[in-house]
Amino acid sequence: MKPKNQRLVLVSAAIVAVLVAVLLAMWGLRNQASYFYTPADIAAGKAHDGEAMRLGGMVERGSIRRAPDGVTIRFTVTDGKAQTPVLFRGIVPDLFREGSGAVAEGRLEHGTFVADTILAKHDERYMPPQLGNLAAEHRAGKTLEK
Amino acid sequence: MIAEAGLAALWLAAGLAALQFLFMFVEVRRNAALARPMRSIAVVQGVLTIVAFAMLLIVFARSDMSVKLVFENSSAVKPFVYKVAGAWGNHEGSMLMWVTILSAAGAFVALFSRRTSERTLVAALGAQAALALGFYAFLLIASNPFARLWPAPIDGQGMNPLLQDPGLAFHPPTLYLGYVGLSVAFSLAVGALLTGEVDSRLARAMRPWVLGAWILLTLGITAGSYWAYYELGWGGYWFWDPVENASLMPWLAATALLHSINVLAARGALKAWTMMLAVIAFSMSMVGTFLVRSGILTSVHAFAIDPQRGTFLLALLAIYVGAAFVLFAWRGATLKEGAPFELVSRESGLVVNNLLLTVVLGVVFVGTLYPLFVEAVSGEKLSVGAPYFNAVAGPLALILAALVGIGPLLAWRREGRPVLRQLQVPALVGVVALVITIIIAPTMHILPRLGFTVGIYLLGASILPLVRRNPLRAPLATWGMVLAHFGIAVALLGMAANAAFTSERLAVAQPGEILNVGPWQVQLQDVTPTAGKNWTAVEAELHATRGAGIVTLKPQSRYFTDPPTETSESAIQTFWNGQLYTVIGKPDPSGGWQLRLWWKPFVTLIWAGGALIALGGALAMLGRLWRLRRRREAGAEWRKARYA
Repeated sequence: MKPKNQRLVLVSAAIVAVLVAVLLAMWGLRNQASYFYTPADIAAGKAHDGEAMRLGGMVERGSIRRAPDGVTIRFTVTDGKAQTPVLFRGIVPDLFREGSGAVAEGRLEHGTFVADTILAKHDERYMPPQLGNLAAEHRAGKTLEK
Repeated sequence: MIAEAGLAALWLAAGLAALQFLFMFVEVRRNAALARPMRSIAVVQGVLTIVAFAMLLIVFARSDMSVKLVFENSSAVKPFVYKVAGAWGNHEGSMLMWVTILSAAGAFVALFSRRTSERTLVAALGAQAALALGFYAFLLIASNPFARLWPAPIDGQGMNPLLQDPGLAFHPPTLYLGYVGLSVAFSLAVGALLTGEVDSRLARAMRPWVLGAWILLTLGITAGSYWAYYELGWGGYWFWDPVENASLMPWLAATALLHSINVLAARGALKAWTMMLAVIAFSMSMVGTFLVRSGILTSVHAFAIDPQRGTFLLALLAIYVGAAFVLFAWRGATLKEGAPFELVSRESGLVVNNLLLTVVLGVVFVGTLYPLFVEAVSGEKLSVGAPYFNAVAGPLALILAALVGIGPLLAWRREGRPVLRQLQVPALVGVVALVITIIIAPTMHILPRLGFTVGIYLLGASILPLVRRNPLRAPLATWGMVLAHFGIAVALLGMAANAAFTSERLAVAQPGEILNVGPWQVQLQDVTPTAGKNWTAVEAELHATRGAGIVTLKPQSRYFTDPPTETSESAIQTFWNGQLYTVIGKPDPSGGWQLRLWWKPFVTLIWAGGALIALGGALAMLGRLWRLRRRREAGAEWRKARYA
């Protein structure tokens, strides 16, 4: 190959590589990016069964029920407007408790959110990123109620 | 006074960096032979930052609560080693460590680099100073680590207990050394673009830095992966978390650079290409630093509420990357392409390696930044996790691993021999492995199945460069390459075995009850309270057996008081053929305890592979340094003989 052609081939190869990367990424993101929903979004029918997603909200007080096997729990997540029932099998994070914020990763199955992972605030200062606003709204709501 | 001394040292260093930056322009425009003073300034600047960092270590070691940073991130009752490590376990301290390594690297170049021309050296030191200058400004304006509190509090607020772990205490320094080692490649590339001296001498000057940074990044990523594995108690070794991706992206770019730099060093080809990769590699280090240090990952909103730091870092990133790209566009086109090569040649093989690594880097980059981008633009929240990365990057990585077996067999410039014939045996063994997985595990997923196939094939293919020649006479660098490629095969097999054959058991166990997981029978003996210096815990005693002999495992659930946090300390027992991984959960009203048990066959191969890859890099480094020393000695003798 002549040096000039060689450069041309290299530059086009690099451009093709970048294009392939972007196309691949777009294809992957269309199928795999999981959107964040609140119970209100789910009640409004924005989420579809089987789609990978995150659900965020507050764990409703008095809603946690343990199954007899001791490792499966059912609880309700609320955002003040709507409720979504959640099923989870596993060890809940240390700071997962009623009345505090949680984000669940998983998918909807016939109206129940089946969680693979539960993220709770992992120390007292930490708030799940997507819940920052929600918690602020929650507090604001409480102040208004008073 | 110690904190003030540290601050003064930082200001002085910043002043010297500005001077160094000015020198660069004078030198490039006038050819003013400023190399000698430039070297001295760079060394003094490096020493000053080391002094500043030492001062920070001292205030942390003494628990001097009048320093705001110590108060916020330390406490008088924690173990001494974590007091010291606490100095870089926070934002300001870790940025100071970053800039210390950056300036120390510049000083090192000034002291020892003899390979490039003096002009290029001055330009490179100027570029390094420009980098340092931005980060000094960032420290002094937006993140002063030495700020005081008045009146001084009695005790501090403590440190995140997840960070109180020997692995994590030394993890950031390793990664930072890797990140910042790439800054030298960046500066040398910028310097050479300015002077137009992009040649094999430059590549040889750059190579030890890239190799060293790459070894440390490999070690850092491997260690970080093992830390996440045992500390989080989730049984996974890689979560595609943005923080993990922040270290993976520079590694991918450095891997590409490491391969293309060999073409430049050996053949003088791929000039513009290599310079581009050097710029991209350090840009990825800065992107990583930005992601981790700006707070943007916690939330785009958190970033918007307290925008000073994030915006500052983003501006630095934009300035440096932008300036480097402009320089590249301006000077890159004037570079003469070096020696030509044919379509089938070692050079082409390395180009294909680079292209694939670039594509992987691209999809990881897009996947990591896409959620931030979408949230910033539309306010919509989404997350991109393992399903995306595994589906997109997994197959690419397998193709790359398959090609790793071929590239090293090709000759430079032009390959006329039937090289593929050598690969017949490894390929055949790979196909046999594929057939075996189909017979013994018909339901296995496609990715682990292909992982076994490619992994087994590569075990054989990677050692071919040492076959058919006397292995003892092969250069150390060749051994290093073979070992690193062999390590890829080992890690791949570990990942495939973990994905395909892990058994998991999650249940509530009463004391005395036996749970089965894989070939193991695990009996819960007892759960007892225990305590450490700054934590209390419940500890389970488990007796595990698979026929002969009993092993005891003691997983804990720890509670730390300042700040109040619980962590779970998994107990892991390693055997030649896998690991037994146990976690204790919450108590059950029935009097039992939640237990989570995993049997993970051959999972250790993942990190063993990572260690082999790093060791391969170290061998290559040793080989290059040794050869350099021998050449220098030979040169000295030759001169002695001539002038005697």
